[in-house]
Amino acid sequence: MNTASPTLAAAPPAATAYRVDPAAAVAAARPRNTPAETVSQTLIMARRALKKMRRNPEQFFDVTVQPLLFTAMFAYIFGGAIAGGVKNYLPVLIPGIVAQTVLTTCMATGVQLREDMEKGVFDRFKSLPMARIAPLAGPMVADLIRYLIAAGLTFLTGVVIGYRPHGGVLGVLGAVLLAIVTGWSLAWIFTWLGTITKSAKSVQGISMMILFPLTFLSNAFVPVSTLPGWLAAFVKVNPVSHLVSGTRTLANQGSVGAEVGWTLLACLVVVAVFAPLSTLSYRRHL
Amino acid sequence: MTTATAAVEAIGLRKDFGGFRAVDGVDLEVRQGEIFGVLGPNGAGKTTALRMLATLLPIDGGQARVFGVDVAREPHRIRQLIGITGQYASVDEDMTATENLWMFGRLQGLRSADARATARRLLAQFDLEAAADRPIAQFSGGMRRRLDLAASLITRPPLIFLDEPTTGLDPRTRGQMWDTIRGLVTEGCTVLLTTQYLDEADQLAGRIAVLDRGRKVAEGTPAQLKASVGDSTLQLHLAPGADQEQARQVVLRVAGAEPVLTPESGRMNVPLDTADRAADVLIGLRGAGVSIASVSVAQPSLDEVFLALTGHGADAGEDDARGGTDGTDDTDTFASRPTDQIPQEVQ
Ligand SMILES: Nc1ncnc2c1ncn2[C@@H]1O[C@H](COP(=O)(O)OP(=O)(O)O)[C@@H](O)[C@H]1O
Ligand SMILES: [Mg+2]
Repeated sequence: MNTASPTLAAAPPAATAYRVDPAAAVAAARPRNTPAETVSQTLIMARRALKKMRRNPEQFFDVTVQPLLFTAMFAYIFGGAIAGGVKNYLPVLIPGIVAQTVLTTCMATGVQLREDMEKGVFDRFKSLPMARIAPLAGPMVADLIRYLIAAGLTFLTGVVIGYRPHGGVLGVLGAVLLAIVTGWSLAWIFTWLGTITKSAKSVQGISMMILFPLTFLSNAFVPVSTLPGWLAAFVKVNPVSHLVSGTRTLANQGSVGAEVGWTLLACLVVVAVFAPLSTLSYRRHL
Repeated sequence: MTTATAAVEAIGLRKDFGGFRAVDGVDLEVRQGEIFGVLGPNGAGKTTALRMLATLLPIDGGQARVFGVDVAREPHRIRQLIGITGQYASVDEDMTATENLWMFGRLQGLRSADARATARRLLAQFDLEAAADRPIAQFSGGMRRRLDLAASLITRPPLIFLDEPTTGLDPRTRGQMWDTIRGLVTEGCTVLLTTQYLDEADQLAGRIAVLDRGRKVAEGTPAQLKASVGDSTLQLHLAPGADQEQARQVVLRVAGAEPVLTPESGRMNVPLDTADRAADVLIGLRGAGVSIASVSVAQPSLDEVFLALTGHGADAGEDDARGGTDGTDDTDTFASRPTDQIPQEVQ
């Protein structure tokens, strides 16, 4: 601290001679945000989240290590057994890993929001005349980067170990885009969990319980035809299967299949339900 | 709007946490341009009341208006009229002071350049320029409080809530914070602050409401409040074997007040109108042959104010009657509570 001046410069500098005018402030106070203000506040919150990411790069550990490790590991372990060779397995596996990493990244979104919300600064966000959705949506905008890294890196690892997607560059870009959109939409579920649970740990626990069955009881790693009937029935309605199939058709055939449509529809429903739920529960709960 | 509009007008403010009534029918009227103090021990409901007024907690019962605007009905407008500095700093620990102020300015609609200029002005005003680009994690308690207060002033709101602004600060930093708070009022701000310290309320506030277990038990100027307990306290420690009952009678006769026995045997506190009366009491005791181990004269503490106002000490607020859900008797508990020794609205 400054030792030169023993007294705190408490009074405002005489030059400003500012007078607060309550009547004018009341007259100027508007009853609600404009949509433009909401967008601007969301972007400011996104900027804050990006700044945090830059300062804590270890946050990117999961989105970088998981694609690298899981892709290589699964390819060499299951490749021979499931598809008669690594090269044949990659077109099946890569979209599966993309879906899986994107989903785990969603979970991190919810856990980190919960952690963040426990900090004192959220009290200030609540006391400011800002949109209630901005502190939730801001970090999610910043998280688009994570989904990009997760999906992009998985494809890259695949290509390095011999994956040659027939969908071409456009097909792969489409697949990455689909994964990002899906990840972002599903993250609202975990954001909602973040606003209703008591601690970051419980968000993690509940998320795991949801994610494990969803990713493993899907067509992400094995063809549905190899499964017993009852399991196949679940796998077929599992939304993760639609994401995986959609990603496969985009990356491997370069075509937009019906699965892509189903996936996007599911995303829309999830956002329409969970974004308002999250905002509501954030508004009430904390 | 006329100047007569109160900065804060709360009627029957109530908050329930489960079955527990944390704020129980509190009326407050804060006039424009004054420093109003809410005094009470830990757990009295000060923070809860403040957070309701600041739209951070839903109001469970009663009504509150800030400059005539209804708090429950128009929270977004209220948030444009107030600044709140909590008991714990609500700034982003991972960012620098400048980044914090810039972000809060931007969130309230300032353009980037204006937000930066405001940040610079506030950092200068609060003597934080040297630390402008340091992360908050490295700040001392006093610096944090100041930054937190600066963050509440970005849009120059006409009403500032301060929740225990000096708790945990060393005496020097405390005095600086007091100067800062007085400075706000010279700018035309109204300040509603909470405190656990009688001397702080005395130093700063024009009027004080005393809160105990969620209820307002007294209200008035610091002078009125202190008058109810005497100006100072004579703390007597009788020598071993001295006659306590005899001492009590001497005190009653000379000081005209009942001494307050403290838990340790042989100790008693005597409320005095003026410190000068201490000598009279001591002479009286010597005359009666009561010998004394030690004496001291002190300002009445919050504990004594509480003892006088509520019949129990300040610490008792936390545990004894707290657990019970006695808030279910009727809705208008405030009006029906016994008011015999309580100087209600003494003006
Ligand atoms: N969120 C909460 N849930 C349950 N009880 C609470 C909560 N917040 C405060 N309380 C209780 O309400 C009472 C008043 O608390 P508070 O307003 O923080 O008191 P003060 O600020 O005067 O110390 C305390 O007994 C406290 O335990
Ligand atoms: Mg408190």
